Amino acid sequence: MSSVIVIDYGMGNLRSVAKALEHVTPEARVIVSADPGAIRAADRIVFPGQGAMGDAMRALRERGLDTLLGEVVRNRPFLGICLGLQALMEQSEEDGGTAGLGLLPGSVHRFPSDMKGGDGTRLKIPHMGWNQVHQCSPHPLWRGIPDQARFYFVHSYYVRADDPSVVAGTTRYGLEFVSACARDNLFAVQFHPEKSQQAGLTLLENFMRWDGQAP
Amino acid sequence: MGLAKRIIPCLDVDHGRVVKGVKFVEIRDAGDPVEVARRYDREGADEITFLDITASHEERETMVHVVEEVASQVFIPLTVGGGIRAVEDIRRMLNAGADKVAINTAAVFNPELVREASSKVGSQCIVVAIDAKRVSGEGEPSRWEIFTHGGRKPTGIDAVEWARKMEAFGAGEILLTSMDRDGTRIGFDLELTRAVVDAVGIPVIASGGVGNLQHLAEGVTEGGADAVLAASIFHFGEYSIREAKEYMAARGIEVRL
Repeated sequence: MSSVIVIDYGMGNLRSVAKALEHVTPEARVIVSADPGAIRAADRIVFPGQGAMGDAMRALRERGLDTLLGEVVRNRPFLGICLGLQALMEQSEEDGGTAGLGLLPGSVHRFPSDMKGGDGTRLKIPHMGWNQVHQCSPHPLWRGIPDQARFYFVHSYYVRADDPSVVAGTTRYGLEFVSACARDNLFAVQFHPEKSQQAGLTLLENFMRWDGQAP
Repeated sequence: MGLAKRIIPCLDVDHGRVVKGVKFVEIRDAGDPVEVARRYDREGADEITFLDITASHEERETMVHVVEEVASQVFIPLTVGGGIRAVEDIRRMLNAGADKVAINTAAVFNPELVREASSKVGSQCIVVAIDAKRVSGEGEPSRWEIFTHGGRKPTGIDAVEWARKMEAFGAGEILLTSMDRDGTRIGFDLELTRAVVDAVGIPVIASGGVGNLQHLAEGVTEGGADAVLAASIFHFGEYSIREAKEYMAARGIEVRL
């Protein structure tokens, strides 16, 4: 069975991600590291992250991971989670405007503070809790997960994609935002599969068995 | 359709064991936090809250191991409260696998802890627990005060004002317990819930007083809570989490089924 590396660049607690990967594929080698050699050697890459975009980009640059990610994102199964989705975009409004890695066409925006729900009540920010994901098209990572299944979200910024062909999933919270992106061997999600019970575990297991081929 | 209202079972843990009599016939060891958490996870709990009631500080390390064990087997958000006094305590719990940490008494005595913690680990990890008791008399406008030490010590702090202040200090969520209702099984203090929900822009978890499924639903429909927390009605197997969700869904409340 293959190895998977969870990239540890100091942005959030990665223990849950690693434990969930071990849980779905006990036979796999799960490594948590920021070591460039280990990243290059891994069969699969998970790029997680929590916190502010400015801090994340700084942390990636300090470790020389910004260019390395651009390299490895092209040639093996790659899963971005939460900030690991947002950092792939070209630009974020966070921290007074932050350039992202530019590996996916689109931008990151803050939820407006005056959003109202269906019943007229003010929607809270962060968007925290279990919300539905509409699967825009079939993908190996959606296998066995019903359309509109609920996943666990925690975020105040959301992704807008400039190219509809990279949108794999959308979610409504006041507005409709991109909750999953896919292109070639890359898949990235706004929600936390490692905290999304069965739906999340299925997605992680699908990722661990994915050959990286787009559908 | 949109964000689901959450149902959160709460477990009291003392020296690494679940206390206050969880009674499930199917469970071999009802005192094992991992087994109980797995059971709630299977039933569809949206999160699980652990309250560490261990009295001695030296034995707190036990709770870290409990969190590690649970977080290796249960893949939903976990909140840990009880005995959190410093950012170091918070980090230890997050590193063990907790997603959120609830700060209660320590916030009352040292509100700066909430500010410091939220800036260091992020607001989304910081839950401020508020234990409130009604202090207004008959015929007066309703007023609630913060109480510490299990509801025995008044602080003179207005509960609604306190919730606002904690939001301003960086709390990501409020866990609001009515000390008048806690353990009574006659339902939430819905007026208190509504007052705090209307005062803040962060999610509010209603707690204290749940005795049946109608109470849970009322916390959302009348109290306006984003999540409802209960202990005994789930522990004694009277209702499963699944039943609670089906009941709420039948009343038009959005839940994760």
